Amino acid sequence: MIWETVIGLETHVQLSTKTKLFSRASTAFGAPPNTNVNLVDCGLPGVLPSVNKEAFYKAIRFGIAIGAQINQTSIFDRKNYFYADLPKGYQITQMDLPIVLGGSIEITTDDLSKTINITRAHLEEDAGKSIHDEYDGFSAIDLNRAGTPLLEIVSEPEISSAKEAVAYMKAMHQLVTYLDVSDGNMAQGSLRCDANVSIRKKGNKELGTRTEIKNINSFKFIEKAINYEVKRQIKILENGEKVTQETRLYDSVKDETRPMRSKEFANDYRYFPEPDLLPVVISNEEMQTIKDKFPELPKEKENRYIKEFNLSAYDAQIIASSKSMADFFEDAAKKTTNYSLLSNWLIGDISAFLNKEMIEIHESKLNSVNVAMLINRIDDQTISGKIGKSIFEEMWVSGSSPDEIIESQGLKQISDDGAIEEIIMTVISDNPDQVEAYLGGKDKLFGFFVGQVMKLTEGKANPQTVNKILKEQLKK
Amino acid sequence: MSIQFKSITELRAMLDDKLISPLELAQESHKLANKYKKLNCFVTMDDDFSKKKAGAINLNQENNSLLSGIPLAQKDLFCTQGLRTTCASKILSNFIPPYTATAVKKLEDSGSITIGKTNMDEFAMGSSNETSYFGNVHNPWKKGYVPGGSSGGSAAAVAAGIVPAATGTDTGGSIRQPAAHCGITGLKPTYGRISRWGMIAFASSLDQAGPLARTAEDCAVLLSIMSGHDLKDTTSLNVEVPNFLSKLNDPIKGLKIGIIKEFDLSDLDKEVQTRFEESKKVYEKLGAEFVDVSLPNISASVPTYYSIAPAECSSNLSRFDGVRFGHRAENTDDLNDLYIKSRSEGFGDEVKRRILIGTYALSAGYYDAYYKKAQQVRRLIKNDFDHVFESVDILMTPTSPSTAFKFGSKGAQNPVELYLEDLFTISSNLAGLPAMSIPHGQVNSLPVGLQLIGNFLREDQLLNAAHIFQQNTEFHLAKPNMEDF
Repeated sequence: MIWETVIGLETHVQLSTKTKLFSRASTAFGAPPNTNVNLVDCGLPGVLPSVNKEAFYKAIRFGIAIGAQINQTSIFDRKNYFYADLPKGYQITQMDLPIVLGGSIEITTDDLSKTINITRAHLEEDAGKSIHDEYDGFSAIDLNRAGTPLLEIVSEPEISSAKEAVAYMKAMHQLVTYLDVSDGNMAQGSLRCDANVSIRKKGNKELGTRTEIKNINSFKFIEKAINYEVKRQIKILENGEKVTQETRLYDSVKDETRPMRSKEFANDYRYFPEPDLLPVVISNEEMQTIKDKFPELPKEKENRYIKEFNLSAYDAQIIASSKSMADFFEDAAKKTTNYSLLSNWLIGDISAFLNKEMIEIHESKLNSVNVAMLINRIDDQTISGKIGKSIFEEMWVSGSSPDEIIESQGLKQISDDGAIEEIIMTVISDNPDQVEAYLGGKDKLFGFFVGQVMKLTEGKANPQTVNKILKEQLKK
Repeated sequence: MSIQFKSITELRAMLDDKLISPLELAQESHKLANKYKKLNCFVTMDDDFSKKKAGAINLNQENNSLLSGIPLAQKDLFCTQGLRTTCASKILSNFIPPYTATAVKKLEDSGSITIGKTNMDEFAMGSSNETSYFGNVHNPWKKGYVPGGSSGGSAAAVAAGIVPAATGTDTGGSIRQPAAHCGITGLKPTYGRISRWGMIAFASSLDQAGPLARTAEDCAVLLSIMSGHDLKDTTSLNVEVPNFLSKLNDPIKGLKIGIIKEFDLSDLDKEVQTRFEESKKVYEKLGAEFVDVSLPNISASVPTYYSIAPAECSSNLSRFDGVRFGHRAENTDDLNDLYIKSRSEGFGDEVKRRILIGTYALSAGYYDAYYKKAQQVRRLIKNDFDHVFESVDILMTPTSPSTAFKFGSKGAQNPVELYLEDLFTISSNLAGLPAMSIPHGQVNSLPVGLQLIGNFLREDQLLNAAHIFQQNTEFHLAKPNMEDF
């Protein structure tokens, strides 16, 4: 039997506003528990929400970028349920009239591109956080996150594999970071998704029974959770049983999905229009301002890099694919002129280090000034490319500037002809047998002499100068 | 010198003439509250702070308002910083807010002195003040009779002359009906005229704060100060606040008053009808013209209200869960048990009833039939009013179908009996219109009220019509004999 996978994703994007959606409390991550909380966030009696327009602007920017219809009049609804980290006993969200309707996102897998249509995207407030394992016999509540603005983006069920789901989330990450809609930090929960997964016999039109996997917050887990779930469903159906429609959690430690307790989702949310808020209207002038200030998107950046910095199409595409990398490149390019060496470093060594630790460049200790300085020192031959690599390793760990490292470790390249010549003469006179063999036609021995010079200079000799003088001296 | 039964205007003159100091006035007011403790109109007194504040008032300052040094009482659903605010519920019986409601803050910033928090129906749900966790309030006119509700404590405190005025809130008649039953003047402003920030919500789209006082003039003084747009309440109206005192004495000759055909007064007590006819004559004498008008959908007001208000209340009261503040049950097994026990212990019967009704009205499968349908009918009722106000200035009805009644005599078997108390008052909440109640005589030695309903934001017309009536009659001057208390 050939099975076909059908996936729809609900992505929660935390909008990078300074304050919350309905209160003026800060949204900063990592503050001590319950410090970014005001009267509104903890749902005290008699308090009322008031909207943060910045969240609307960000949502609209996203809508424009995916070619969606924007509803300029926003109505909010209450979604009622009891939970200890939901202070009001309801979440303010958009049910009937989402701010973003339709649109689509391009994804690429194995060099094939595909369009995933978006059903809708709506604004809502996040809940707080329940902590169940830190205090013996007690559950603790942290309301710092309560009221943080979220954009929930719902895709059509047009994703056909775990791989495509990952590509979709990567495209989403690129888009929201580029648009400055979100910091996209998955580890902190700024970008997470629920996956609706079902399978059907290939060729069937009708959708199979789906399960919803809640709250997945890394590219790796998305792939693993979906693959596990698809295998599970295939096994059920091939055994002649039926898939139960339910909500499941992905356990990354055991690498499996399992059902949530029925209590946690069997709710009648009793949606009704939020009577504490009037409809929020975005004027045509505001829409125009959003369009006028629209940020540059990856494709536009790519083209500009080719023109402005003379990068190859390949380099330009890789650097522009990540907002973090592109910002870094543009900052560094202000302080060096060897753009191709800069892009080589970013794509080569620097990316290798980033990938190893699975972080983005803005999360590392590197800064654009230091990296530009490193490029300049290689470019002006103060150091060799090889020494550059060891300096870079030091920069990666300590965040020091290349000049400091060169100075403190005496790594400055020897480019002085006289000094190098002296060393070469020593090497020649110390190795008469090899000189004879070389002159006798063993050209490969040239590398041996270079190695000896480098050994004596601890790698600091300028390789070009060494090559030149060595050739001259050996001929004599 | 006694300050009992004095109006704000009279107390202002006494203060300005140095016949009494603000501190003495606050002390007198506290003394009266103590003397009439049996009325049970206060839940919490603010002895120390109110006296300290009164003692610090300097009446010689130029920027003093009409309220400088005037003692007031606040309905116990306005949050008051540092002063317990209970909503007359067990679930909030230990709640001390860290903030003050905008309406109260404006009054206090004008120099008035909050002497205490008044009793009410629990969470403002009731028309008789019998649902309070802190016990019934007596009507100052007759012991053992209700003062009306839900702002029953405020109405009783003003009627007993303890304070010249008090704040109330009105979701379906909760200012006007107790004002009528206690023989005082009460005003529910246009929805959005006064900020709801810090006012503990019953039904967000209907709740509106307003004053209860001895005269229309005093209501105008309070309204001028309480009104205005508030950034913390986006439903508050961003419109200029007129000086409501400036037009009080304008002649009302030619004022067009509508009488609503759909309200069949012949069903009412004969005496209530007679008072109404007499008041019509007063207005006719003053030059007003009466027009019969039709509001075809108004008969649907009570069921419409009892779908919308409980629905909103069921959601608004979810935050009382025992987790962050208020009553929390002891010995609970898990989170669900904590909710069930805290809320079962914390809420009274009427509140539970309305939460159940509202939860039902919003449930999947019933939403369209109840909540949504009710909102559609609400729109029709509002359209009826819009249409009628094209041809009349104000509308006139009795405030309540009857006078104050004996404790326990209504609604005990059938809650709907009590819901019908709001028959005449509910529609102006649904339409968001201003309305007031003024005393216009008595039936069986108990006061009855006359309701005036105004057009959107036309509190000035209401206050003008009420003030002229009071200049030409003496009903508002009647005082209860307080011998039984």
